[in-house]
Amino acid sequence: MTQQNIATPEHIEYVLRMGDNALILGQRLSEWCGHAPVLEEDMALANTALDLIGQARLLLTHAGKLEGQGRDEDQLAFLRVERDYRNVTLTELPNEDFGRTVVRNFLFAAFQVLLYQRLATSSDAELAAIAAKSLKEARYHLSHAGEWVIRLGDGTELSHARAQAALDYLWPYTAEFFAANPADDAVAAAGIGPAWASLEPEWEALVVPVLNEATLTVPARTPFRTYGKFGRHSEHMGHLLATMQYMQRTYPGAQW
Amino acid sequence: MYTQALDIPQPKGEPKGPRVVENADYQAEFDAKIDAGGFIEAKDWMPEAYRKTLVRQISQHAHSEIVGMLPEGNWITRAPSLKRKAILLAKVQDEGGHGLYLYAAAETLGVSRDELYEALLDGRAKYSSIFNYPTLTWADIGVIGWLVDGAAIMNQIPLCKCSYGPYSRAMVRICKEESFHQRQGYDLLLQMMKGTPEQREMVQDAVNRWWWPSIMMFGPHDKDSQHSETSMRWGIKRISNDDLRQKFVDATVKQAEVLGITLPDPDLKWNEARGHYDFGAIDWEEFWSTVNGHGQCNVDRIAARRKAWEEGAWVREAALEHARKQAAREKVAA
Ligand SMILES: [Fe+2]
Ligand SMILES: [Fe+2]
Repeated sequence: MTQQNIATPEHIEYVLRMGDNALILGQRLSEWCGHAPVLEEDMALANTALDLIGQARLLLTHAGKLEGQGRDEDQLAFLRVERDYRNVTLTELPNEDFGRTVVRNFLFAAFQVLLYQRLATSSDAELAAIAAKSLKEARYHLSHAGEWVIRLGDGTELSHARAQAALDYLWPYTAEFFAANPADDAVAAAGIGPAWASLEPEWEALVVPVLNEATLTVPARTPFRTYGKFGRHSEHMGHLLATMQYMQRTYPGAQW
Repeated sequence: MYTQALDIPQPKGEPKGPRVVENADYQAEFDAKIDAGGFIEAKDWMPEAYRKTLVRQISQHAHSEIVGMLPEGNWITRAPSLKRKAILLAKVQDEGGHGLYLYAAAETLGVSRDELYEALLDGRAKYSSIFNYPTLTWADIGVIGWLVDGAAIMNQIPLCKCSYGPYSRAMVRICKEESFHQRQGYDLLLQMMKGTPEQREMVQDAVNRWWWPSIMMFGPHDKDSQHSETSMRWGIKRISNDDLRQKFVDATVKQAEVLGITLPDPDLKWNEARGHYDFGAIDWEEFWSTVNGHGQCNVDRIAARRKAWEEGAWVREAALEHARKQAAREKVAA
């Protein structure tokens, strides 16, 4: 452990956001197991969930070390209260149908790819290493989900309508990817990671051509804002946590 | 995960394949190959009954893998640690992969995966009854790995030498992963047994519920088994149901002792003269009632699979339609 012992609260929060994004979306995707439209997609969704849970383990372990209070990945994953989770709201939304699931995976993976690329030069060496390892996975998720966005958008009339409805629903939530509070400036200044807003133009450049190929209409930005990354979540979050935390809350202190 | 009822009869609507002409010379060549312990390949001539038996057995096995994803999937979102969640996700994904290899092996016999799958969804095809029992606690996940994957391995190791090449090769690959699953399940239980009294009680309760269904996975007694004799002659089955069951019981008793749990059978004891463990009478009434659709989860399992299939129809149609459009565009461009 060559990591500095004392990290700033902003630094810890930045890592927690990434870890919680992976954790909560991984949790959502694992709900699909056994219920996907074809066997190959059952496996692909489980595989994406597995990658994300793997990333969450690395990131939460790292956040726990930075914090220096002896919390491990499981204590962070299962024993925080809702307000202390830092994932963007998009990741906690219910899966709904396969259309919404793949559109979300696509929008999120594009964000993750760009973030992980930028973290290669992070002043936090451990974070840079995790990002480098996870980048390959995120790229695969992006291309797999992107292919489905195109198939659905450019498929039947029904699938086009469902893909468009999913995009219309999810798009406003993506504004949160790029939102920052003053604490985030300190993170960017310390060279830990990019300022969130700086990712937006690249993200649009990555996402829009695929949506065009899928013949989908890119929604305009609206004043709608969400604040999951600052700890204010949607109504869905508590239910997700109730399920995810069930065992740890029921059997406090037990080892599994 | 696996097949039990290697020889459970299937009602009407057996999948149809290409008509095979019965021919005495071919038959002699086939018999000679079987007797020499050789492999039959997809392109080789085979008796129609051999082909039908294989289609039934391989597809039942494939369906079992797929249906088996449901009881275990039931606990992914509630797994008590991230490590266990990851292991379970990987396991269930493996089971889906087993389904894929097996459907592909069945397809070499002239049936399509979709028609086999439809037979499952409309209740014509069987799958392993073990998955008609509910997973009630986290310990069930460990016990399934230990006992159910364990019984599956016992059943399947001999199938690695099955006379039909594509099936035998699929089994080699699958068996490796199943033994990994078994070790992970056992490890989960060991960890729980080192824990609190509540955790140990949870393990014992799960063992109490899964023990008898697990030993039923080897199918009816040899004397009551309809297909066994022919399957043995064809090299599809190598070891009888009762012999496999005995092997499983003998191996499991010691593992149970190491774990520190009690197997729920008062008649289970070492028989010095036989060199094996004796065990109590199996409740075949329960076995047949579950096979015949009256287990706690039969209806729910198939309903879940049917719901996924029906709700996914628009997605599959979209993929086909997009492929058609792509092909048409490429044609115009060319
Ligand atoms: Fe397995
Ligand atoms: Fe399996």
